[in-house]
Amino acid sequence: MAEYLLEMKNISKHFPLVKANDRVNFSVKKGEIHALVGENGAGKSTLMSILYGLYQADEGEIFIDGKKVNITNPNKAIELNIGMVHQHFMLVPPLTIAENVILGREPRKNYFFVDKQKAAQEIKDLSEKFNFKINPWVKIEDVSVGIQQRVEIIKVLYRGAEILILDEPTAVLTPQEVDELFRMLESLKEQGKTIIFITHKLNEVMAVSDQVTVMRNGKVVGTMKTADTNTSEIANMMVGREVLLETKKEEQKAGKVVLKLENINILNQHKFPILKDINLTIKEGEILGIAGVEGNGQTELVEAITGLRPVSSGKIFLYEKDTTNLKPRKIRELSVAHIPEDRRKRGIISEYSVAENLILGFHYRSPFTRGLSLNFPAINQHARQLISDYDIRPPDKDNLLKSLSGGNQQKVIVAREFYGEPILLVASQPTRGLDVGSIEFVHRQLLQARGKGKAILLVSAELDEILSLSDKIAVIYEGQIIEVINAEKVDIKRLGLLMTGAGTSQRKEIPKKDIEGKTEERYLKNEAKK
Amino acid sequence: MIESIFNADFLASAIRIAIPLMLAGLGGVFSERSGVINIGLEGMMLTSAFIAIAATNFSNNPWIGIICALMVGILLGLIHAIVTVTFKANQIVSGVAINLFASGITVFLSWLWFQETQIMAVERLPIWGFAIPQSGEASSLIRSLIVIFAHHSPMVYLAFIIIILSHIIIFKTPFGLRLRSVGEYPQAADTLGVNVINMRYIAVMISGALAGLAGSFLSLEQAHFFVKEMSGGRGFIALAAMIFGKWTPFGTAGAALLFGIGEALAIRLQGIFTIPVQFINMVPYLLAIFVLVGAIGRASAPRADGIPYEKEII
Repeated sequence: MAEYLLEMKNISKHFPLVKANDRVNFSVKKGEIHALVGENGAGKSTLMSILYGLYQADEGEIFIDGKKVNITNPNKAIELNIGMVHQHFMLVPPLTIAENVILGREPRKNYFFVDKQKAAQEIKDLSEKFNFKINPWVKIEDVSVGIQQRVEIIKVLYRGAEILILDEPTAVLTPQEVDELFRMLESLKEQGKTIIFITHKLNEVMAVSDQVTVMRNGKVVGTMKTADTNTSEIANMMVGREVLLETKKEEQKAGKVVLKLENINILNQHKFPILKDINLTIKEGEILGIAGVEGNGQTELVEAITGLRPVSSGKIFLYEKDTTNLKPRKIRELSVAHIPEDRRKRGIISEYSVAENLILGFHYRSPFTRGLSLNFPAINQHARQLISDYDIRPPDKDNLLKSLSGGNQQKVIVAREFYGEPILLVASQPTRGLDVGSIEFVHRQLLQARGKGKAILLVSAELDEILSLSDKIAVIYEGQIIEVINAEKVDIKRLGLLMTGAGTSQRKEIPKKDIEGKTEERYLKNEAKK
Repeated sequence: MIESIFNADFLASAIRIAIPLMLAGLGGVFSERSGVINIGLEGMMLTSAFIAIAATNFSNNPWIGIICALMVGILLGLIHAIVTVTFKANQIVSGVAINLFASGITVFLSWLWFQETQIMAVERLPIWGFAIPQSGEASSLIRSLIVIFAHHSPMVYLAFIIIILSHIIIFKTPFGLRLRSVGEYPQAADTLGVNVINMRYIAVMISGALAGLAGSFLSLEQAHFFVKEMSGGRGFIALAAMIFGKWTPFGTAGAALLFGIGEALAIRLQGIFTIPVQFINMVPYLLAIFVLVGAIGRASAPRADGIPYEKEII
């Protein structure tokens, strides 16, 4: 037996604008969990797609168990016992789990029919062997994301995979599901399976892998034992320079009050309160972080400030000007910028080019409009400028946004929102789904804006982000601001307690969420009784 | 008066009227289950209707007429597949083009070959089954059963066999599983080694074949002649039947039968009421609209229906 179960030698792959893989060498031993890390666009997924036969390498060779192989399509890969669990699940929602698993390799009876009983039995056997719990008869559309991922793994095992490629498997999972996944990976390893684990989350690398290979700009930077390295070394290798996993901010005096919320209340369509008596101020050169478990009113708060959602009562002031319930366009024209929490839904138009996305919201103003027509020279000049200022990759203003990585999409939004020198920046989950390099970039931009005396409202589900960037932290719980804390004096334990509603004296009986409707009804009844 | 409308002969004629809708609707099921919208069913039916008559008249054999119609259907399906699957053109536009092409080519060939646009069939298929008993020979129940179920053109029986076969193929075989996966989530099917392009070609060609059969039945068996534009929107009604039948063979057949009853009713009513015939002829179409309005929301198309398949580029 060869030393390595899998060897990829001198793999190169070019796409029209990028060199996705440049003479990559990658080797994996049997029975190890090998993490493949790198920023978005570093070439990890391309390399694995080549291994799985989805792409053909322009150059290079692949050896399995010492034998040279030529993998021209996924069927070939499957024959060589290579299986891939894709980042976006490759499952057909209206089909059952059993049907999804056997698709393309159906057990037959009488040559003509699918043997569903046999399929279900094989799936049961597999899931027992590896200690997964799965009911083969339910439809994919009726099960949770965690279960869907198990189905993906079973699918690969059903095809006899010895090498399992997992492409960013934790991106869509809750923390509990991640733990569950890691336990499954351990049990697969015990059974002698080899696992390649693509990720850009460094704590996961440390938690689960034996070896780690780092890629950057289409090249392998290094391979080492996980036990011999640490997160900051890996981060530096990924980005190619010193990365500050913790951002340092400078001392700064806050200036005049920019944004002032007075007794803001928002009711939903059922007259149910989503925000209750919110009072907040943000000063020039100050970052106010909103800490809280998601779904406690952060979204609505941001929407109220940016004019996307009407407030039921209360006042919002921008400097002295009352902006309560103004139209979003009016508010934008008053130099309020917004990095929305869901960039695909609100931040970008994925079918538009980079240049077009970079003028959204400014498109009707000079210099981008001249009379009735768009001023393309100005638009293109603007795009070229921002692409180079913000290092948007690939640097082509005509690329459609959907072809960019998440990090670069976010850069487009940041570039656009900082253009026009906002006086208030509302940043909601600005680093969601980004890799370390992009996170650092966004953080630096926010701190620079703070340095220029802009007021920033930062909403994030990442507590670390709130802690490292904010000057003041407001804890939100069930639509109320529980407390505003000076960031320097914060006690993390207490912060955690406040976020979950514990340890507060002023907690009132507001039901958890209004989405279900039932709790809401109960609440309304209680109100009526009073 | 009601009895004079709703009797065994009425149901038998409803079945005969429904057959082309069933077959074309099934064609729609195969095509759309694979993710290709086939609005060209109408044109495929029309062209096949003409070819069925033409080939029958040249060969004096209706079976040859049907086989030629089938082949033309497959050919048009192949064209639709090349345009929409390989070249990823808009499926609606391709379908409309097929329909326009069909209107033109049938009239052109009619003039070229027959010097007229209404061509009588010189031969027709035999009736298979039992002879209809004369009055007094059997009870009226037995007579009714024979009229409804056992006194038809062989194509009627064939159509019902095809419906059952289609159900088995789509829901019980590996081919059907792959077909459905390709129409729902082709990327997933591709990663498992299912050839999306091949599956779609096969499905669209099956669709054309079924539309071809539908067209041949329309001219050869139902009308016994070909006249220009004789498909008269039946391809679209078939699509309505497919949607109402939720893209399943049995559902589609049931819906087609319902529309068949509507049209048979329209024919019967013409002799009875003094309503202008144009209004009565609207009945099947109105039925289609009402049924679809009622079905909206509950019916959900295959998710990748109408979307050309492209491999993702990173």
